[in-house]
Amino acid sequence: MKIAQKTIKFLAIIAVSFFTISGFASSTDKKQDNQNDGGRVNTKEEVKEYIQHHLKDSHDFNLWSYTNDAGERVHVSFPLPVILWSSKGLITFMSSEFHHNDDGHVIVEKNGLKFAKIHSKIYELDNGATTVSFDETHHATNGHKVIDLSITKSVFGILMIGLLMLFWFSGLAKQYKTRKVPIGFGRILEPLVLYVRDEIARPNIGDKHYRRFTGYLLTVFFFIWVLNLFGLTPLGFNVTGQIAVTACLAIFTLFVYTFSANKDYWGHVLWMPGIPVFVKPILAIIEIAGHFLIKPFSLLVRLFANITAGHVVLMSLIAIMFTLKKELGVVGATGLSFALSFLIILIEVLVAFLQAYIFTMLSALFIGMAVEEHEHH
Amino acid sequence: MEALLEDFSPGLFIISTILLLILIALMVKFAWKPILNSLEERESGIQDALAAAENARKEMQNLQADNERLVKEARAERDVMMKDARDIRDKMIADAKEDAKEVTTKLIENAQASIQQEKQAALAELKKNVAELSIGIAESVIKRELSSKKEQLKLVEETLKDVTLN
Repeated sequence: MKIAQKTIKFLAIIAVSFFTISGFASSTDKKQDNQNDGGRVNTKEEVKEYIQHHLKDSHDFNLWSYTNDAGERVHVSFPLPVILWSSKGLITFMSSEFHHNDDGHVIVEKNGLKFAKIHSKIYELDNGATTVSFDETHHATNGHKVIDLSITKSVFGILMIGLLMLFWFSGLAKQYKTRKVPIGFGRILEPLVLYVRDEIARPNIGDKHYRRFTGYLLTVFFFIWVLNLFGLTPLGFNVTGQIAVTACLAIFTLFVYTFSANKDYWGHVLWMPGIPVFVKPILAIIEIAGHFLIKPFSLLVRLFANITAGHVVLMSLIAIMFTLKKELGVVGATGLSFALSFLIILIEVLVAFLQAYIFTMLSALFIGMAVEEHEHH
Repeated sequence: MEALLEDFSPGLFIISTILLLILIALMVKFAWKPILNSLEERESGIQDALAAAENARKEMQNLQADNERLVKEARAERDVMMKDARDIRDKMIADAKEDAKEVTTKLIENAQASIQQEKQAALAELKKNVAELSIGIAESVIKRELSSKKEQLKLVEETLKDVTLN
């Protein structure tokens, strides 16, 4: 009976999400598809462009695209709200108003201001301009970027993962009120929590202080890991490959270890004991650079680069299907593409965990260095 | 580097900062704190239970040792008691024998004494009787004038016949 109820609930959710999608979806894009094939991604340049586009954040949630019988490109997607801080204050509209255009040809007019979207960035056109003019490097000349607070695909992903994490772990927390050992999904989550606490937080920070930081480390670990994993699904998130997100995470860690650092640590940074006096200022400069620049940069670039590289490799291997079609034939190219992308996705699943682990581990290490109590000799 | 900066979206940075702050706060309050507390509680519970089991084991061992000691003591005590009892029994038997001997000796002594007495009494009576008899014979001899020696002997015999010795 219980199972039947669950199944019904599940089906209902699927049905609701399906109808919502199809409600928003099927907006046809009649833009300048110069090619005769109706905008299919076939050539190497198109593949490259497609990958570039995917790596960027996007303003609507594209599920899949196909070309209908009339030769029009149909994007099955749902729009996300665009929130802009422009020269005339806050402006909001739905991303569907851009009609999936990403090269500045569709102009949206709000509050007397004109907006165009070029390579996933929204530009406010200068007074009097009606179309975007480009210089030879394809940069807009008569518009400027606005502060874009939109619920983009990445923000949507963050919200989704955040809610999912809250749902999972508050559920686990509630289970402990009635039983000592959790059942169901909590049984999977509990060892992960214990892993982060006992293998990452405790050994790197030390028994005395680790409790204060475990909450932050757990949040960061699961946030990065789950987002990495979702990035591997056909939903096509690339949140942890957004440099803004990894920068934000790295700066959080920077703040945490800067504000928890003790006197001892600053003493070692600014006036390292046990070395000749004339070396001390040089070392202090290096240490300060290490504290404020090198450490956060190592965190943000490592995560960003690994995830981006993973996405590029995976998508390039999938693209073998099209790029080597002539040389290997349809079956050969598809087979090769499947085999290689299967292998690489296995590696990517490992990388997804590894990067979450490394980020959390290094954060814990930096915090541990900052709160460590040195023995005075 | 330029491409990286180009890719950097300040809006996304602001939003993800805000969302992460909220997420960390909510997760700490509703998930991590209760989870970590319960885990620690459980771990200390397990630790306590293990310690209690160890204590119980030790106590059990002590109890067993005590029991063995008690049994040993009881056995020793029993042995002592048995030995005492045996001794007492032997002593009683010996005493009884002694007493019995004494009593018999006394009885025999008494008997001998009374026999001696009886004998004395009998001898005395015999002496008296002999004296009386002698006197009677002498009397009768004196009374009759005995002519002949033959008649005299006959008379003594007759007189003796009359005498009945006890």
